[in-house]
Amino acid sequence: MKVHVDMNLCQSHGECVSIAPDVFELGDDDVLVWREEVSEDRRAAIEEAVNVCPMMAISIEDEG
Amino acid sequence: MNSEVERLVIVGASLAGLRAAQAARKAGFEGELIVVGDERHMPYTRPPLSKELLAGSQTSEDTALRLLKLEADWRLGVPAGRLDRAEHELILADGTHLAYDRVIIATGCRARRWRGPGAELDGVHTLRSLDDSLALKRDLQAGRRLVIVGAGFIGCEVAASARKLGVEVTVVDIAPHPMLPLGAELGARCARMHERHGVQLRCGVGIEAILGRESVQAVALSDGFECEADVVLLALGAEPNVEWLQGAGIEIRAGVECDATLTSTVDPDVLAAGDLAAWPQPLAGGQAMRIEHWTVAAEHGTVAGRNALLHPEAREPHTSPPYFWSDQFDTKIQSVGLPMLAERLDVVEEDPEHGRLLATGERQGRLIAAVGFNNARRLNDYRTELADTPDGAGAAR
Repeated sequence: MKVHVDMNLCQSHGECVSIAPDVFELGDDDVLVWREEVSEDRRAAIEEAVNVCPMMAISIEDEG
Repeated sequence: MNSEVERLVIVGASLAGLRAAQAARKAGFEGELIVVGDERHMPYTRPPLSKELLAGSQTSEDTALRLLKLEADWRLGVPAGRLDRAEHELILADGTHLAYDRVIIATGCRARRWRGPGAELDGVHTLRSLDDSLALKRDLQAGRRLVIVGAGFIGCEVAASARKLGVEVTVVDIAPHPMLPLGAELGARCARMHERHGVQLRCGVGIEAILGRESVQAVALSDGFECEADVVLLALGAEPNVEWLQGAGIEIRAGVECDATLTSTVDPDVLAAGDLAAWPQPLAGGQAMRIEHWTVAAEHGTVAGRNALLHPEAREPHTSPPYFWSDQFDTKIQSVGLPMLAERLDVVEEDPEHGRLLATGERQGRLIAAVGFNNARRLNDYRTELADTPDGAGAAR
Protein backbone atom coordinates (compact mmCIF):
# COMPACT_ATOMS: atom_id res chain seq x y z
CA MET A 1 0.00 0.00 0.00
CA LYS A 2 1.01 3.62 -0.48
CA VAL A 3 1.03 6.10 2.38
CA HIS A 4 0.24 9.69 1.52
CA VAL A 5 0.72 12.71 3.78
CA ASP A 6 -0.72 16.05 2.77
CA MET A 7 2.15 18.36 3.67
CA ASN A 8 -0.16 21.38 3.40
CA LEU A 9 -1.95 19.96 6.43
CA CYS A 10 0.88 18.32 8.41
CA GLN A 11 1.97 20.33 11.44
CA SER A 12 4.53 17.89 12.84
CA HIS A 13 2.50 16.71 15.81
CA GLY A 14 4.48 13.47 15.76
CA GLU A 15 1.59 11.17 16.65
CA CYS A 16 2.32 9.03 13.60
CA VAL A 17 6.00 8.88 14.54
CA SER A 18 5.19 7.43 17.93
CA ILE A 19 2.89 4.81 16.39
CA ALA A 20 4.97 3.78 13.37
CA PRO A 21 8.56 5.00 13.77
CA ASP A 22 9.57 2.60 10.99
CA VAL A 23 7.48 4.64 8.53
CA PHE A 24 7.33 8.20 9.87
CA GLU A 25 10.12 10.39 11.18
CA LEU A 26 10.56 14.02 12.10
CA GLY A 27 13.54 15.31 10.17
CA ASP A 28 15.49 18.52 10.26
CA ASP A 29 13.49 21.56 11.34
CA ASP A 30 10.72 19.24 12.52
CA VAL A 31 9.52 18.48 8.99
CA LEU A 32 7.89 15.06 8.60
CA VAL A 33 9.51 12.52 6.32
CA TRP A 34 7.97 9.13 5.62
CA ARG A 35 8.26 6.00 3.52
CA GLU A 36 5.64 5.94 0.78
CA GLU A 37 5.73 2.21 0.05
CA VAL A 38 4.72 0.24 3.11
CA SER A 39 4.22 -3.50 3.34
CA GLU A 40 0.76 -4.83 4.01
CA ASP A 41 1.66 -6.19 7.46
CA ARG A 42 1.95 -2.61 8.74
CA ARG A 43 -1.59 -1.71 7.72
CA ALA A 44 -3.03 -1.74 11.26
CA ALA A 45 -0.37 0.68 12.50
CA ILE A 46 -0.82 3.01 9.53
CA GLU A 47 -4.57 3.00 10.03
CA GLU A 48 -4.04 3.94 13.65
CA ALA A 49 -1.80 6.79 12.54
CA VAL A 50 -4.54 7.96 10.15
CA ASN A 51 -6.98 7.93 13.07
CA VAL A 52 -4.90 9.91 15.54
CA CYS A 53 -3.39 12.48 13.17
CA PRO A 54 -4.80 15.74 14.56
CA MET A 55 -4.60 17.37 11.13
CA MET A 56 -6.18 14.42 9.26
CA ALA A 57 -3.20 14.68 6.92
CA ILE A 58 -2.48 10.96 6.43
CA SER A 59 -4.22 8.69 3.97
CA ILE A 60 -3.67 5.24 2.53
CA GLU A 61 -3.78 4.77 -1.21
CA ASP A 62 -4.66 1.18 -1.96
CA GLU A 63 -3.41 -0.36 -5.14
CA GLY A 64 -5.32 -2.43 -7.65
CA MET B 1 -16.17 -12.42 19.20
CA ASN B 2 -19.23 -10.22 18.78
CA SER B 3 -21.90 -12.80 19.45
CA GLU B 4 -22.98 -11.25 22.75
CA VAL B 5 -23.20 -7.71 21.36
CA GLU B 6 -25.91 -7.05 18.81
CA ARG B 7 -26.75 -3.43 19.61
CA LEU B 8 -24.09 -0.86 20.30
CA VAL B 9 -25.24 2.66 21.15
CA ILE B 10 -22.74 5.52 21.20
CA VAL B 11 -23.88 8.68 22.96
CA GLY B 12 -21.99 11.62 21.51
CA ALA B 13 -21.26 12.34 17.84
CA SER B 14 -17.98 14.17 18.09
CA LEU B 15 -14.45 12.83 17.75
CA ALA B 16 -14.56 10.15 20.49
CA GLY B 17 -17.98 8.91 19.37
CA LEU B 18 -16.95 8.73 15.74
CA ARG B 19 -13.70 6.91 16.48
CA ALA B 20 -15.59 4.45 18.69
CA ALA B 21 -18.04 3.70 15.88
CA GLN B 22 -15.23 3.28 13.36
CA ALA B 23 -13.24 1.03 15.70
CA ALA B 24 -16.23 -1.20 16.38
CA ARG B 25 -16.89 -1.68 12.66
CA LYS B 26 -13.23 -2.23 11.99
CA ALA B 27 -13.17 -4.95 14.66
CA GLY B 28 -15.86 -6.74 12.65
CA PHE B 29 -19.01 -5.60 14.43
CA GLU B 30 -21.95 -6.18 12.10
CA GLY B 31 -24.83 -5.44 14.48
CA GLU B 32 -26.93 -2.35 14.99
CA LEU B 33 -24.77 0.73 15.56
CA ILE B 34 -26.49 3.93 16.64
CA VAL B 35 -24.70 7.25 17.20
CA VAL B 36 -26.60 9.95 19.07
CA GLY B 37 -25.56 13.62 19.01
CA ASP B 38 -27.13 16.79 20.38
CA GLU B 39 -25.72 18.98 17.61
CA ARG B 40 -27.18 18.87 14.12
CA HIS B 41 -23.77 18.61 12.49
CA MET B 42 -22.05 15.43 11.46
CA PRO B 43 -18.79 14.91 13.42
CA TYR B 44 -16.27 17.71 13.04
CA THR B 45 -12.90 18.51 14.52
CA ARG B 46 -12.75 21.29 17.09
CA PRO B 47 -9.14 22.55 17.14
CA PRO B 48 -9.62 24.85 14.11
CA LEU B 49 -12.61 26.54 15.80
CA SER B 50 -10.31 28.81 17.82
CA LYS B 51 -7.66 29.12 15.12
CA GLU B 52 -7.98 28.50 11.37
CA LEU B 53 -11.75 28.92 11.22
CA LEU B 54 -11.66 32.21 13.13
CA ALA B 55 -8.64 33.51 11.24
CA GLY B 56 -10.31 32.59 7.94
CA SER B 57 -7.81 30.11 6.51
CA GLN B 58 -10.34 27.25 6.83
CA THR B 59 -14.08 26.99 6.28
CA SER B 60 -16.62 24.98 8.26
CA GLU B 61 -16.46 22.30 5.51
CA ASP B 62 -12.77 21.84 6.26
CA THR B 63 -13.58 20.83 9.84
CA ALA B 64 -15.66 17.78 8.82
CA LEU B 65 -14.17 14.53 10.08
CA ARG B 66 -13.83 11.81 7.44
CA LEU B 67 -16.33 9.03 7.95
CA LEU B 68 -14.46 6.45 5.83
CA LYS B 69 -17.53 4.49 4.70
CA LEU B 70 -18.82 4.11 8.24
CA GLU B 71 -22.19 2.37 8.38
CA ALA B 72 -24.15 3.73 11.31
CA ASP B 73 -27.58 5.04 12.23
CA TRP B 74 -27.09 8.73 13.10
CA ARG B 75 -29.56 10.36 15.48
CA LEU B 76 -28.48 13.99 15.38
CA GLY B 77 -29.98 17.10 16.94
CA VAL B 78 -31.41 15.19 19.89
CA PRO B 79 -29.71 15.18 23.31
CA ALA B 80 -29.61 12.09 25.47
CA GLY B 81 -32.24 12.16 28.22
CA ARG B 82 -31.32 9.39 30.62
CA LEU B 83 -29.77 5.97 30.91
CA ASP B 84 -31.80 3.05 32.24
CA ARG B 85 -29.23 0.39 33.01
CA ALA B 86 -31.74 -2.11 34.39
CA GLU B 87 -33.66 -2.09 31.10
CA HIS B 88 -30.51 -1.62 29.00
CA GLU B 89 -32.04 1.42 27.33
CA LEU B 90 -30.92 4.90 26.43
CA ILE B 91 -33.84 7.33 26.46
CA LEU B 92 -33.43 10.42 24.31
CA ALA B 93 -34.74 13.85 25.29
CA ASP B 94 -37.53 13.46 22.70
CA GLY B 95 -38.70 10.26 24.41
CA THR B 96 -37.21 7.75 21.95
CA HIS B 97 -36.09 4.51 23.63
CA LEU B 98 -32.96 2.88 22.23
CA ALA B 99 -32.11 -0.61 23.47
CA TYR B 100 -28.45 -1.49 23.85
CA ASP B 101 -26.23 -4.39 24.76
CA ARG B 102 -23.30 -2.04 25.28
CA VAL B 103 -23.31 1.73 25.46
CA ILE B 104 -20.38 4.13 25.09
CA ILE B 105 -20.79 7.48 26.79
CA ALA B 106 -19.02 10.24 24.86
CA THR B 107 -21.10 13.34 25.51
CA GLY B 108 -17.99 15.42 26.09
CA CYS B 109 -17.88 18.82 27.71
CA ARG B 110 -19.46 22.22 27.31
CA ALA B 111 -18.02 25.67 27.82
CA ARG B 112 -18.24 26.70 31.44
CA ARG B 113 -20.73 29.53 31.84
CA TRP B 114 -20.42 32.66 33.90
CA ARG B 115 -23.66 33.84 35.45
CA GLY B 116 -22.66 37.29 36.63
CA PRO B 117 -24.32 40.56 35.57
CA GLY B 118 -24.34 41.18 31.83
CA ALA B 119 -23.63 37.59 30.78
CA GLU B 120 -26.66 37.63 28.45
CA LEU B 121 -25.76 40.84 26.56
CA ASP B 122 -25.31 40.78 22.78
CA GLY B 123 -21.68 40.33 21.87
CA VAL B 124 -20.89 37.97 24.76
CA HIS B 125 -19.66 34.60 23.52
CA THR B 126 -18.42 31.23 24.64
CA LEU B 127 -16.56 28.90 22.25
CA ARG B 128 -17.12 25.19 22.07
CA SER B 129 -19.12 24.32 18.95
CA LEU B 130 -18.91 25.07 15.25
CA ASP B 131 -21.90 27.40 15.61
CA ASP B 132 -20.14 29.22 18.48
CA SER B 133 -17.08 29.75 16.30
CA LEU B 134 -19.08 31.07 13.35
CA ALA B 135 -20.98 33.45 15.63
CA LEU B 136 -17.77 34.76 17.21
CA LYS B 137 -16.17 35.20 13.80
CA ARG B 138 -19.08 37.37 12.63
CA ASP B 139 -18.34 39.72 15.54
CA LEU B 140 -14.58 39.97 14.98
CA GLN B 141 -13.69 42.75 12.59
CA ALA B 142 -10.54 44.82 12.37
CA GLY B 143 -10.52 47.67 14.85
CA ARG B 144 -13.11 46.17 17.17
CA ARG B 145 -12.24 45.62 20.81
CA LEU B 146 -12.34 42.04 22.13
CA VAL B 147 -12.03 41.23 25.81
CA ILE B 148 -11.23 37.58 26.52
CA VAL B 149 -11.89 36.34 30.02
CA GLY B 150 -9.61 33.37 30.65
CA ALA B 151 -6.00 32.91 29.48
CA GLY B 152 -6.07 29.16 28.95
CA PHE B 153 -5.89 27.31 25.63
CA ILE B 154 -9.02 28.76 24.08
CA GLY B 155 -8.45 32.27 25.37
CA CYS B 156 -4.84 32.42 24.19
CA GLU B 157 -5.56 30.85 20.80
CA VAL B 158 -8.47 33.18 20.11
CA ALA B 159 -6.29 36.13 21.16
CA ALA B 160 -3.73 35.12 18.54
CA SER B 161 -6.37 34.56 15.83
CA ALA B 162 -8.09 37.86 16.60
CA ARG B 163 -4.82 39.81 16.42
CA LYS B 164 -4.31 38.38 12.94
CA LEU B 165 -7.67 39.90 12.02
CA GLY B 166 -6.62 43.31 13.33
CA VAL B 167 -8.84 43.13 16.40
CA GLU B 168 -7.77 44.97 19.58
CA VAL B 169 -7.41 42.24 22.21
CA THR B 170 -7.35 42.32 26.01
CA VAL B 171 -7.01 39.04 27.94
CA VAL B 172 -8.03 38.94 31.60
CA ASP B 173 -7.36 36.08 34.01
CA ILE B 174 -7.50 35.66 37.76
CA ALA B 175 -4.36 33.49 37.51
CA PRO B 176 -0.90 35.09 37.75
CA HIS B 177 0.08 34.10 34.20
CA PRO B 178 -1.48 32.66 31.04
CA MET B 179 -1.51 28.92 30.24
CA LEU B 180 -1.70 27.91 33.90
CA PRO B 181 -0.98 24.17 33.34
CA LEU B 182 2.44 25.05 31.92
CA GLY B 183 3.70 26.58 35.15
CA ALA B 184 5.21 29.98 35.98
CA GLU B 185 8.31 29.97 33.77
CA LEU B 186 6.63 28.89 30.53
CA GLY B 187 3.58 30.96 31.47
CA ALA B 188 5.77 34.07 31.66
CA ARG B 189 7.13 33.30 28.19
CA CYS B 190 3.58 32.97 26.87
CA ALA B 191 2.75 36.32 28.44
CA ARG B 192 5.72 37.99 26.71
CA MET B 193 4.77 36.39 23.40
CA HIS B 194 1.21 37.76 23.62
CA GLU B 195 2.39 41.21 24.67
CA ARG B 196 4.91 41.26 21.82
CA HIS B 197 1.99 40.72 19.43
CA GLY B 198 -0.03 43.55 20.87
CA VAL B 199 -2.29 41.70 23.29
CA GLN B 200 -3.08 43.59 26.51
CA LEU B 201 -2.74 41.08 29.35
CA ARG B 202 -4.31 41.70 32.75
CA CYS B 203 -3.41 38.80 35.04
CA GLY B 204 -4.36 38.34 38.68
CA VAL B 205 -7.65 40.11 38.03
CA GLY B 206 -11.20 38.78 37.99
CA ILE B 207 -14.32 40.21 36.42
CA GLU B 208 -17.21 41.76 38.31
CA ALA B 209 -19.71 42.48 35.54
CA ILE B 210 -20.18 42.90 31.84
CA LEU B 211 -21.61 46.35 31.17
CA GLY B 212 -23.90 47.55 28.39
CA ARG B 213 -27.55 48.13 27.46
CA GLU B 214 -28.38 45.61 24.77
CA SER B 215 -24.85 45.05 23.56
CA VAL B 216 -21.68 44.80 25.57
CA GLN B 217 -19.80 48.06 26.11
CA ALA B 218 -17.23 47.26 28.78
CA VAL B 219 -16.06 44.68 31.28
CA ALA B 220 -15.74 45.74 34.92
CA LEU B 221 -12.70 44.13 36.54
CA SER B 222 -12.16 43.30 40.20
CA ASP B 223 -9.40 45.92 40.50
CA GLY B 224 -11.88 48.67 39.59
CA PHE B 225 -10.69 49.06 35.99
CA GLU B 226 -13.29 49.14 33.21
CA CYS B 227 -12.12 47.60 29.98
CA GLU B 228 -14.01 48.92 26.94
CA ALA B 229 -15.30 46.13 24.71
CA ASP B 230 -17.38 45.49 21.60
CA VAL B 231 -17.09 41.73 21.96
CA VAL B 232 -16.46 39.49 24.99
CA LEU B 233 -15.34 35.88 24.95
CA LEU B 234 -15.81 33.93 28.16
CA ALA B 235 -13.09 31.26 27.98
CA LEU B 236 -13.42 29.78 31.44
CA GLY B 237 -12.73 26.16 30.62
CA ALA B 238 -15.11 23.29 30.15
CA GLU B 239 -17.27 21.07 32.30
CA PRO B 240 -18.44 17.54 31.54
CA ASN B 241 -21.91 16.82 30.19
CA VAL B 242 -22.85 14.28 32.85
CA GLU B 243 -26.08 15.71 34.31
CA TRP B 244 -28.18 13.44 32.10
CA LEU B 245 -26.55 10.45 33.85
CA GLN B 246 -27.83 11.43 37.28
CA GLY B 247 -29.95 8.56 38.50
CA ALA B 248 -28.25 6.05 36.22
CA GLY B 249 -26.30 4.67 39.16
CA ILE B 250 -22.89 4.87 37.56
CA GLU B 251 -20.01 6.42 39.44
CA ILE B 252 -19.44 10.09 38.60
CA ARG B 253 -16.75 12.10 40.38
CA ALA B 254 -14.15 13.89 38.25
CA GLY B 255 -16.16 12.51 35.32
CA VAL B 256 -17.57 9.12 34.41
CA GLU B 257 -15.27 6.92 36.49
CA CYS B 258 -13.66 4.14 34.47
CA ASP B 259 -10.93 1.57 34.76
CA ALA B 260 -7.95 1.55 32.37
CA THR B 261 -10.06 -0.20 29.72
CA LEU B 262 -12.54 2.74 29.81
CA THR B 263 -15.17 0.48 31.33
CA SER B 264 -17.45 2.06 33.95
CA THR B 265 -16.39 1.12 37.47
CA VAL B 266 -19.89 -0.21 38.19
CA ASP B 267 -21.21 -1.67 34.93
CA PRO B 268 -19.24 -3.61 32.29
CA ASP B 269 -21.91 -2.82 29.68
CA VAL B 270 -21.20 0.91 30.04
CA LEU B 271 -17.99 2.43 28.69
CA ALA B 272 -16.88 6.04 28.38
CA ALA B 273 -14.59 7.91 26.02
CA GLY B 274 -13.18 11.39 25.60
CA ASP B 275 -13.41 14.55 27.67
CA LEU B 276 -15.81 13.19 30.28
CA ALA B 277 -14.08 9.88 31.01
CA ALA B 278 -12.02 9.80 34.20
CA TRP B 279 -9.54 6.95 34.00
CA PRO B 280 -6.46 5.95 36.01
CA GLN B 281 -3.28 7.79 35.05
CA PRO B 282 -0.16 5.64 35.30
CA LEU B 283 1.92 8.84 35.52
CA ALA B 284 -0.09 10.00 38.53
CA GLY B 285 0.10 6.80 40.53
CA GLY B 286 -3.18 5.55 39.14
CA GLN B 287 -5.25 8.59 40.15
CA ALA B 288 -8.35 8.89 37.93
CA MET B 289 -8.42 12.07 35.88
CA ARG B 290 -10.32 13.57 32.98
CA ILE B 291 -8.15 14.92 30.20
CA GLU B 292 -9.61 17.22 27.57
CA HIS B 293 -7.17 16.70 24.72
CA TRP B 294 -7.98 16.01 21.07
CA THR B 295 -5.72 12.98 20.85
CA VAL B 296 -7.11 11.51 24.08
CA ALA B 297 -10.61 11.66 22.59
CA ALA B 298 -9.38 10.00 19.37
CA GLU B 299 -7.49 7.26 21.20
CA HIS B 300 -10.25 6.72 23.76
CA GLY B 301 -12.84 6.31 21.05
CA THR B 302 -10.76 3.66 19.33
CA VAL B 303 -10.08 1.77 22.57
CA ALA B 304 -13.67 2.00 23.82
CA GLY B 305 -15.12 0.99 20.44
CA ARG B 306 -13.01 -2.17 20.38
CA ASN B 307 -13.49 -2.97 24.06
CA ALA B 308 -17.27 -2.57 23.93
CA LEU B 309 -17.44 -5.73 21.81
CA LEU B 310 -15.36 -7.81 24.20
CA HIS B 311 -15.84 -9.62 27.49
CA PRO B 312 -14.63 -7.35 30.30
CA GLU B 313 -11.72 -9.72 30.98
CA ALA B 314 -10.52 -9.48 27.38
CA ARG B 315 -10.50 -5.69 27.19
CA GLU B 316 -7.30 -3.77 26.53
CA PRO B 317 -6.17 -0.74 28.56
CA HIS B 318 -5.55 2.71 27.16
CA THR B 319 -1.91 3.48 27.88
CA SER B 320 -0.37 6.22 25.74
CA PRO B 321 0.65 9.37 27.66
CA PRO B 322 -1.61 12.39 27.09
CA TYR B 323 -0.50 14.73 24.31
CA PHE B 324 -1.70 18.23 23.53
CA TRP B 325 -0.70 21.15 21.40
CA SER B 326 -1.62 24.78 21.10
CA ASP B 327 -0.76 27.19 18.29
CA GLN B 328 -0.31 30.80 19.35
CA PHE B 329 1.20 33.32 16.93
CA ASP B 330 4.49 31.84 15.67
CA THR B 331 4.77 29.28 18.44
CA LYS B 332 3.61 25.68 18.47
CA ILE B 333 3.35 24.53 22.07
CA GLN B 334 3.35 20.75 22.51
CA SER B 335 3.18 18.68 25.65
CA VAL B 336 3.43 15.01 26.55
CA GLY B 337 2.47 13.74 29.98
CA LEU B 338 0.77 15.63 32.79
CA PRO B 339 2.40 19.08 33.09
CA MET B 340 -0.42 20.30 35.35
CA LEU B 341 0.74 17.84 38.01
CA ALA B 342 4.44 18.65 37.77
CA GLU B 343 5.93 20.31 40.84
CA ARG B 344 7.50 22.74 38.39
CA LEU B 345 8.63 22.80 34.76
CA ASP B 346 12.27 23.63 34.06
CA VAL B 347 13.60 24.76 30.71
CA VAL B 348 16.36 22.28 29.88
CA GLU B 349 17.19 23.29 26.30
CA GLU B 350 16.71 26.58 24.54
CA ASP B 351 17.36 28.12 21.13
CA PRO B 352 16.06 31.70 21.38
CA GLU B 353 16.82 32.47 17.74
CA HIS B 354 14.17 29.97 16.60
CA GLY B 355 11.84 30.48 19.57
CA ARG B 356 12.57 26.88 20.46
CA LEU B 357 12.77 25.30 23.87
CA LEU B 358 12.25 22.12 25.79
CA ALA B 359 11.06 21.93 29.39
CA THR B 360 10.60 18.94 31.63
CA GLY B 361 8.60 18.48 34.78
CA GLU B 362 8.96 16.06 37.65
CA ARG B 363 6.72 14.90 40.42
CA GLN B 364 8.09 13.08 43.43
CA GLY B 365 11.42 12.68 41.71
CA ARG B 366 10.11 11.17 38.52
CA LEU B 367 9.56 12.61 35.05
CA ILE B 368 5.88 13.39 34.50
CA ALA B 369 5.82 15.81 31.55
CA ALA B 370 7.79 17.32 28.71
CA VAL B 371 6.80 20.54 26.96
CA GLY B 372 8.26 21.94 23.77
CA PHE B 373 7.96 25.26 21.99
CA ASN B 374 8.60 24.82 18.25
CA ASN B 375 10.42 21.61 19.08
CA ALA B 376 8.43 18.64 17.77
CA ARG B 377 11.33 16.30 17.17
CA ARG B 378 12.90 16.66 20.60
CA LEU B 379 9.54 16.39 22.31
CA ASN B 380 8.89 13.14 20.52
CA ASP B 381 11.95 11.63 22.18
CA TYR B 382 10.09 11.87 25.49
CA ARG B 383 7.00 9.98 24.45
CA THR B 384 8.49 6.53 24.97
CA GLU B 385 9.99 7.55 28.27
CA LEU B 386 6.66 8.86 29.54
CA ALA B 387 4.82 5.79 28.28
CA ASP B 388 7.10 3.41 30.17
CA THR B 389 6.36 4.28 33.75
CA PRO B 390 8.84 2.92 36.29
CA ASP B 391 6.27 0.92 38.21
CA GLY B 392 4.85 -0.66 35.08
CA ALA B 393 1.46 0.85 35.89
CA GLY B 394 0.85 1.43 32.18
CA ALA B 395 -0.78 -1.95 31.94
CA ALA B 396 -2.55 -1.77 35.30
CA ARG B 397 -6.25 -2.37 35.37
